[in-house]
Amino acid sequence: MRIGVVTFPGSLDDRDAQRAIRLAGAEPVALWHGEHDLHGVDALVLPGGFSYGDYLRAGAIASLSPIMAEVIDAANGGMPVLGICNGFQMLTEAHLLEGGLIRNEQGRFICRDQSLRIENVTSDWTTGFTSNQEITIPLKNGEGSFMASAETLARLEGEGRIIARYLGNPNGSQNDIAGVTNARGNVVGLMPHPEHAVEAGFGPDTAEAMSSGVDGLTFFTSVIARTLVTA
Amino acid sequence: MSVIVVEVMPKAELLDPQGKAVARALGRLGQTQFSAVRVGKRFEITVDGPADAAALAAVAELADSVLSNSVIEDVVGIHVVETAAAVN
Repeated sequence: MRIGVVTFPGSLDDRDAQRAIRLAGAEPVALWHGEHDLHGVDALVLPGGFSYGDYLRAGAIASLSPIMAEVIDAANGGMPVLGICNGFQMLTEAHLLEGGLIRNEQGRFICRDQSLRIENVTSDWTTGFTSNQEITIPLKNGEGSFMASAETLARLEGEGRIIARYLGNPNGSQNDIAGVTNARGNVVGLMPHPEHAVEAGFGPDTAEAMSSGVDGLTFFTSVIARTLVTA
Repeated sequence: MSVIVVEVMPKAELLDPQGKAVARALGRLGQTQFSAVRVGKRFEITVDGPADAAALAAVAELADSVLSNSVIEDVVGIHVVETAAAVN
């Protein structure tokens, strides 16, 4: 299986996402924002970072990149797409996901290991989790506070489209929302970073050992398993 | 040439952490009569030719689709600034 990772001007975590894909057992494919070519990949990751220096709004200018035309078509056609942090912001700006992300309520950049509860285990990126499984992966952003209208929130809640909730709300996100999916379950946006918790020795601390957390790997192994089943 | 100004503000019902930080700084300067600050954006768009109805309609469309995100922001004003004063 080949999973594309799009690099935008100001992307930071594209290499880490490629590495996570490799460790999960798929082939990462580097894609470039300025092209109109997905190189035949089976799934896509929009990585974290500060594309275009967060000018205008975080993710807004990147969402207008040439490659986003193909990303939007592929997502609407059912291709699995995961947006992490800045990638999540791009997916909301591209209207592939509902809601928006604003500055953290305390006005600070937050960088810490974050506990989450995985609530939707049917999306393309979360089938490997058990319902309400608690995981810990790094969180690092300045504009991670999830906002949506009351009507949109009610619909996301009613349709079971909350992927993950914070255990201890770090940033003022409505309903403690850390990640959401679209109605079809192929497009997922997540503010915390699964790609930074994929290899023992380099992840969050656990009760067993320092830096041994690999909870993020399951997002990537889920999409690989999912695609093998449907292939 | 003409300049069309677009003003965008964070939605009134959402927290504006940037405005809150500015308001606290004003308080530290002893300016206690100002109880709140909200921070928005002003775009100045230069048009080749007159700011006619077509240009204003195009800007209004872009204000909604690109310059603002209706989930978190409102477009609060679009107006024309007269050229000689506006263009350096």
